[in-house]
Amino acid sequence: MKITSRLTSTHIVYLVVLLTVIAGTILVAAAGRSFFSAGNISSILTGTSVLGFIAIGQTLVILVGSLDLSVPYVVSLSSLLAAGIMANQPANILPGVLVALAVAAVIGLINGLVVSGLKVHGFVATLGTGLIISGYLATNYKGSSGQAPLSFRLVGATGLGPVPISTLIMLACAAVVLLVLDRTRLGHSMYAVGGDINVARMSGIRTSTPIIAAHIICSVLAGMAGLLLAARLGVGSPTIGSQGGYDLLSIAAVVLGGTLLAGGKGSLVGTLGGVLIFAMIDNIMSVLQINPFLKDVVRGIVIVAAVAVYAGRRVVSRTARFDDTPQETVSTRQEVGA
Amino acid sequence: MSTLTPDRKAELRRDRSPRKDRLLRGMRTPGGAVFILLLALLAAVIFVNPSFGEPGSLIRFIGRTAPIAIAAIGQYFVIVSGEFDLSMGSVVTAQVIIAGNLIGQDDAKVLPVLLLMLVFGALIGLINGLVTTLLKIPSFIVTLGMMLALLGLVLYWTGGAATGNPADTFRQIGRGGIENIPVLEILPYPVLILLAIAAGAFWLMRRPYGRTLIAVGDNARAAALTGARVWWIRTRAFILSSLAATVAGIILVGYAGVHPSVGRGYEFTAITAVVLGGVVLGGGRGWVLSAAAGAFALEMLFTLLNFAGVASTWRDTVQGIIIVAAVAAGARTWERRRRGASSATHDKQTPIAQPPAVGTNEGGK
Repeated sequence: MKITSRLTSTHIVYLVVLLTVIAGTILVAAAGRSFFSAGNISSILTGTSVLGFIAIGQTLVILVGSLDLSVPYVVSLSSLLAAGIMANQPANILPGVLVALAVAAVIGLINGLVVSGLKVHGFVATLGTGLIISGYLATNYKGSSGQAPLSFRLVGATGLGPVPISTLIMLACAAVVLLVLDRTRLGHSMYAVGGDINVARMSGIRTSTPIIAAHIICSVLAGMAGLLLAARLGVGSPTIGSQGGYDLLSIAAVVLGGTLLAGGKGSLVGTLGGVLIFAMIDNIMSVLQINPFLKDVVRGIVIVAAVAVYAGRRVVSRTARFDDTPQETVSTRQEVGA
Repeated sequence: MSTLTPDRKAELRRDRSPRKDRLLRGMRTPGGAVFILLLALLAAVIFVNPSFGEPGSLIRFIGRTAPIAIAAIGQYFVIVSGEFDLSMGSVVTAQVIIAGNLIGQDDAKVLPVLLLMLVFGALIGLINGLVTTLLKIPSFIVTLGMMLALLGLVLYWTGGAATGNPADTFRQIGRGGIENIPVLEILPYPVLILLAIAAGAFWLMRRPYGRTLIAVGDNARAAALTGARVWWIRTRAFILSSLAATVAGIILVGYAGVHPSVGRGYEFTAITAVVLGGVVLGGGRGWVLSAAAGAFALEMLFTLLNFAGVASTWRDTVQGIIIVAAVAAGARTWERRRRGASSATHDKQTPIAQPPAVGTNEGGK
């Protein structure tokens, strides 16, 4: 009991990662393959990169007490813009990347302004902007379009040993964001605003700045994920984001990583663990050739079960607005009342 | 306060504003404004296409919108208690496919399978609710997991393809109606089902359960301290939500037939409708009939866009703009109400007790 109470949720996440590695080793070995072969490790890490980008941004947005459901459409839009501008000309790579990221940043800015300025719940605000982009995509693009030049496609295809370049870029982004969260005023304000926006305001924090910043970073990272997908596919696609279900999966990865959905508590390192768990489970199921529909069943159960592992410890319910005592007292009172 | 008890009802009646004032005040809340929005949209649609105003085509529109309105009513219970139900769309799909596969062309199987579907729906809600409340996992995650797992199971069962075609008597629930009615020509069954469910939901929200549900959504801890069994109240909300999804699925079998894509995205449409109806995400505020009106306003908006010749691909964009605008307007109003500005400045204040006599500090006798 002493040991478990000293464990933070991040530790537990990595215990679950370890558990998944052990299970993966056994299951994959039973199928006559090696879990630790260079090819397999590379494919797991490749699986982490796209969701990783989005989940890093989603962590920030959830930390400030908002949500971002518009990411899949930002991913699609950025892949289309980049591939469209590049049009197979290596000289156009830089403009393509810059335009895609700038548009993503503007979308994030709008999200942030709507959430912080108009006081619209992040769920509704980003569902709304997502729908707006989705209508634009459906009207203007009938299918894949654009063409990424070979030198840009190499980003999605090459690696240092078993580690793909895309994963390295993702980890570099994570390191920068981690630095911002832990070392800068902006990062601390994000935690403060997510914990209690009124207390944060009364403490002299400009509450809109961290919310807007989190949304911009999240959208830009979603734009990076779109660029990566454009590099992998060689074209831009209007459905690539919504097909991946990145909105809900990234939120699940963040919560899996021990971040509170209500905001204010959580860690980026935990999120990366959550992404790694998803990638490994996907990989194990692919190696075992499980029916694609059953994969979703396993994913659904794993999400709930993994969150259940520490849900009993970090008992702060989502809507508790006046929470100042541990929930345990409430639950005992409830039993008395019942 | 013993003086109040003999004719307390008369006192309450005296202290209440007149019905007209209360109605006007209700219309100023987001939950009331949605009805005005609905009427405005209806007027606009009739302006663009006068034949839409005929009773026959209006009642068909209501019938078409019934499943989404029923889903919105179900989602309302969960949202007002401070939770989310993302599994709704998967429940609709699952029920549609169960109906298609189990009923077949056998009329005798209609009733047992109908019962099985309702039990199955209640079971899904029970699981969602118990996992959320007892294991203390955010409902967003629980119902997201349920959404993935349920859809995966159903598609695995059917191999991902459309199968089965239930007996015509079953499809009549969604498509048929009472015919030969004087003005309306036909009264579709979905309209009757919607009316029954709306009346039931309205009644339920005035019962102690409904009042406690809103209290739990507003402040779960305070509700627990007053003796409410929060876990069981929320669990029942999840059961109601899944049952509503089941009914929506039953109606959709008649309209859309059996296909794994029926019900896709229903959870977000239902949440959009509920939010458009002025219900606050996070719980504790909103009216159940406004949620249904939100569904109608949404569908009416799409009808308007259709008649106005807007390409259907822009539907999403307009939907997005509308919900952000509606919720932004709503956030303002609720905020003002919470500060008390609207009721303090606009309502006539009627003193309940006499003011204290001069020279004493005892009042209210």
